[in-house]
Amino acid sequence: MKKKGVIKRRFVDNVMKIVSFAAAMSGIFFLFWILIVVFNRGFSAFNWKFFTQISADGADGGVANAVLGTAIITIMATGIGVPLGILGGVFLSEFGRNSRLGNLIRFSANVMMGMPSIIIGLFVYTMVVYSTKTFSGFAGAVSLAIIMFPVVLRTTEDMLCLVPNSLREAALALGTPRWKATLHIVFRASKTGLLTGVLLAVARVSGETAPLLFTALNSYFWPCDPWWRIWDVFSTPTPNLTVTINDYAMSPFEGLNRMAWGASLLITASVLLLNIMCRIIFREDKR
Amino acid sequence: MAGEKQRDVKISVRNLNFYYGGQKALFNNNINIYEKCVTAVIGPSGCGKSTHLRVYNRIYELYREQRAEGEVFLDGENILSPSTDLLELRRKVGMIFQKPTPFPMSVFENIAYGLRLHYKLGKGEIAERVEKALRAAALWDEVKDKLNKPGMALSGGQQQRLCIARAIAIEPEVLLMDEPTSAIDPIGTSKIEDLVKELESQFTIVIVTHNMQQAARISDYTAFFFEGEIIEYGLTDEIFTNPKNKKTEEYITGRFG
Repeated sequence: MKKKGVIKRRFVDNVMKIVSFAAAMSGIFFLFWILIVVFNRGFSAFNWKFFTQISADGADGGVANAVLGTAIITIMATGIGVPLGILGGVFLSEFGRNSRLGNLIRFSANVMMGMPSIIIGLFVYTMVVYSTKTFSGFAGAVSLAIIMFPVVLRTTEDMLCLVPNSLREAALALGTPRWKATLHIVFRASKTGLLTGVLLAVARVSGETAPLLFTALNSYFWPCDPWWRIWDVFSTPTPNLTVTINDYAMSPFEGLNRMAWGASLLITASVLLLNIMCRIIFREDKR
Repeated sequence: MAGEKQRDVKISVRNLNFYYGGQKALFNNNINIYEKCVTAVIGPSGCGKSTHLRVYNRIYELYREQRAEGEVFLDGENILSPSTDLLELRRKVGMIFQKPTPFPMSVFENIAYGLRLHYKLGKGEIAERVEKALRAAALWDEVKDKLNKPGMALSGGQQQRLCIARAIAIEPEVLLMDEPTSAIDPIGTSKIEDLVKELESQFTIVIVTHNMQQAARISDYTAFFFEGEIIEYGLTDEIFTNPKNKKTEEYITGRFG
């Protein structure tokens, strides 16, 4: 048999190494490029007014109402999506492992995760907006919750599956009822993982635009005015950052374009912050 | 040594068969476990020792595909009957596992958790009982300044004694130990062995072990399992000095397993 030359072998090995390295680097490259552009353009929009005024005044105003609206919508979405997702994850990991129903739920969640968010927006439009006859922050929250649900469900399941069965057995062997063993022991053993899953789901939806377009719509005023009229969120279009970006970026006015960049920077920075928080929480736990 | 003891039967197993899905793992096991004695269960890997032990507190039911048939009487009551209160059964029959399994909470809470589960106690009473359990598990002196540290922060041997303390705190009658020293270093092992000898006066202990010296050192009775059957059962002294079955002799002399 003829031997292959060692030089050629080394050459191919090195080429492979360099090409894969370059491919990996391009991921980082684009991330930083985006960050630099957004930061560069967005930072010039930052001023006192930008954070305190509402968008009714256009380029002379700010996006405070949109920030508040996004916060309200996201909190509401979290309140709906996270408990459902966590309970569903508990079912998959604690009761439905290897069962046919469990597999069906897992598969459906995977499909839901890949579903274009605009379709979810349309769905909520027909189900909630159409039947309540109004755009509302609540409808927006429902569509974001639908997007969060499968993400939280799957991370919860994955994190709970990481808890060794020996710990479950130990809890049950002490005479702990199953639900207490899950809630007190298994949850506690995986609490950082669960929290990370929730934070990542929040980060995931905080940049969503399409599902809000037909549901929360947008508004140039405070989401509730005066502040205690919180039920306005259920009955009126609610301002939010992503649709504001969409509106302002499409505008022919340069001032509004600049504010769109500012709002983009705001969202990018908060998503980045959420991700970094996840890393820190996870690392603290490993120690 | 066991001959001097009164031999009340604590657990009586009748025609126990066990299945993992379609696969049969235990064949017609019959055995009497005597009260306040240490019974060692020995045999080669995969012979059904742990499987047999895990029937006594029905912990196998965590896995849907596992199934036991037959009768296991604890103080005359068949624990395999559907009407058995599992929580009360597991209070009476505690279990120690191969790897230490401290709960993700403090040393103190690890023990207080089980206490709160089964008893209505005031704060002072709980603290008292926690200390008593830790002393009984020969761990108090080592952890009395670390009660608020996480249980996971202890050494492996200490974690295992913490688990023993947790189990005995709720005042069980039987202690099942599934290879409790196989993941523990020699010093930790000898401490746990001493502990088992001490606990014998209060509890009925069944211990699965791979270590035949350990079985000989700490047990009064020994059961030899092979391929899901109980081949030989009797006083430890007799099993080790004068085994009646050829398989038993081959195993304890180290010819297989």
